[in-house]
Amino acid sequence: MSTQRSLVDHRLVMAHLIAAVTFLLVVLMTGLLYSLQFLGRYPFPGIELFSPGRVRMVHTNAVAYGWLLNGLLAGVYWAGPRLSGRPLFSRRLAWLIFWALQTLVLAAAGGILGGYAQGIEWGETPLFVDPFIILGLVLIAANVLLPLLKEREEAPLYVSRWYFIGALVWIVMVYSMGNYIPQYFVPGAAGAAISGNFIHDLVGLLVTPLGWGLMYYFIPTIIRKPIWSHTLSLMGFWGLAFFYPMQGLHHFMWSPIPMHVQYSAVVATIGIEVVVTSVLANFFLTLRGRGDYLRTNYPIRWFYTGMVFYWITCFQCAIQGTLTVQKLIHFTDWVVGHAHLVMFGVFSFWIIGIITELWPKLTGREWSSQRLHGWAYWLCALGLALMFVDLTIAGVVQGFTWWGLNPFIDSVRFSMPFWWVRTLTGLMITAGILVFLYNLWRTALGKPAYFTERVTA
Amino acid sequence: MKERFIYIFLVAGIGFFVLGFIFQILGPVVFLRKIPMKRVAELVQEDSNGEFYKLAEDYPQEFAKAFGEPTPASYAEALRLGRDIYIAEACWHCHSQYVRPVANEPLRYGPVSVASEYQNELQMPHLFGTRRVGPDLIREAGVHSNDWHVAHFYDPPSVQPGSVMPSYRWFFAENGRPNKKGLAMATYVQWLGSWQRR
Repeated sequence: MSTQRSLVDHRLVMAHLIAAVTFLLVVLMTGLLYSLQFLGRYPFPGIELFSPGRVRMVHTNAVAYGWLLNGLLAGVYWAGPRLSGRPLFSRRLAWLIFWALQTLVLAAAGGILGGYAQGIEWGETPLFVDPFIILGLVLIAANVLLPLLKEREEAPLYVSRWYFIGALVWIVMVYSMGNYIPQYFVPGAAGAAISGNFIHDLVGLLVTPLGWGLMYYFIPTIIRKPIWSHTLSLMGFWGLAFFYPMQGLHHFMWSPIPMHVQYSAVVATIGIEVVVTSVLANFFLTLRGRGDYLRTNYPIRWFYTGMVFYWITCFQCAIQGTLTVQKLIHFTDWVVGHAHLVMFGVFSFWIIGIITELWPKLTGREWSSQRLHGWAYWLCALGLALMFVDLTIAGVVQGFTWWGLNPFIDSVRFSMPFWWVRTLTGLMITAGILVFLYNLWRTALGKPAYFTERVTA
Repeated sequence: MKERFIYIFLVAGIGFFVLGFIFQILGPVVFLRKIPMKRVAELVQEDSNGEFYKLAEDYPQEFAKAFGEPTPASYAEALRLGRDIYIAEACWHCHSQYVRPVANEPLRYGPVSVASEYQNELQMPHLFGTRRVGPDLIREAGVHSNDWHVAHFYDPPSVQPGSVMPSYRWFFAENGRPNKKGLAMATYVQWLGSWQRR
């Protein structure tokens, strides 16, 4: 216990988790606010600072940099040193990065609301913020990876660490590429190729590998069973590393980007589905004989629900990434449903699971209520599933009104019931998260319990 | 070997990323390299009869205050400003800027988009867009009048019943006439596709 305390800075992990859930509230608020515009019930009409377009950008950027990055970093700071047996390169640097990250997210949100957004999807962070973010990403990579260089022993690295190494190296390149090349060097169609890859890689080369790396750590430690197959985990990692950077163009199908490059993206998009299935098979076979954890252990339940959603997402990718399906669903709410399924249904569920697992260890208190966990889980899972189905159908409806040459406004009129359902399901998710946060809060303020830390590898 | 730091760092981290970069990014850049890159000054020369010049007649006082004389130079200034506002307000999150050769889009919007239309300063960063809550705008020039656009920015449902577009009151002065931002935005959307008027 004492050695693990000196390995991992518990307060740092906790600080990142608190920052993450704080920004999650911002995400939920901005998302709900934006959805009200579609219903003609926006509460601040005509106010420049809260223009719905700007609020939308705060929503998506808060997801990426405020919620996911904070949450995943907390996980990496917890798991990384335990896996390597070495602390971070510098604890003070880690705290500096913590405060810098929160400042930058707030500065980005302020800049976007103030009208300084950059015209790059998911990279709307204003230009004056970007250099600092890149510097921060370099420092994070150095802080986590430098201790690894000191390792001399011949033992191979555990799979989680492959993902951490990959993600922290990729994100520096991805972020610099996406925010600068289309802005200053490459216009038009070729620039779109870059920003398509940027959107894609921000998910695929940062969030996904960190998420999977953490799953490979938390699941075996919680269910106390090694991962089913080392070979499959090798295949999963190298498949991701190879295929993911090859498919960003599927975000701009049928666009003026040269067609043969679009074809290559389709092939890679379908290819990665094989890899994804192998990874999921590995995790579900690992769970074999421990199935009751899904009922009794909330972290495991969040993790595996996220994995089911992940498989749906990726299966959907392989289908919607074809030129045929793109004809109908591109530019529609189908894609919005897909995005929410990935970002909330998978990675947010995983982070919530990680918080559920770590919060008692960080605070030294048992969860104050297991019943509230159940409420949070079902509200979020049902809310998200309904939102996904709703937006997917809405997308098909919109696609057919356009294809059928209805007056354009028909696609808005026909969407109205779907947009109402979207807002209501958003409220369900918000309620679920609020229940979860209330539980978090009550636990932190509760009496310290006698508590033994589980042995974590 | 495959589980060692340096191998993962170099092959997966750097190597595969570079490979993806070559296929997905250098590919389009190389294929499109021969299309000349246009400056804004050239773009406004090509649209010597644009709706911008009509704005000076429609809103003479406001126009004079914002841009002075209707010249190619002031057209360029208005275009740039309009493009910047289009980005700042995230117009491109609800309006796309390319016509696809599928789903009857050429019938609805006009000629299919080609790469050369986007090889210019105002498409840096590109504004292809991701969602069509509202219609595509790349063939918008001259489809509606300047007055229509100004009224539309002020209160979209007033000219398009059922529209869910927000109103942009800060494009207008106290007296309800368009300010510099409003004129710049009208200039920009009236320029989009001016090279492909139907």
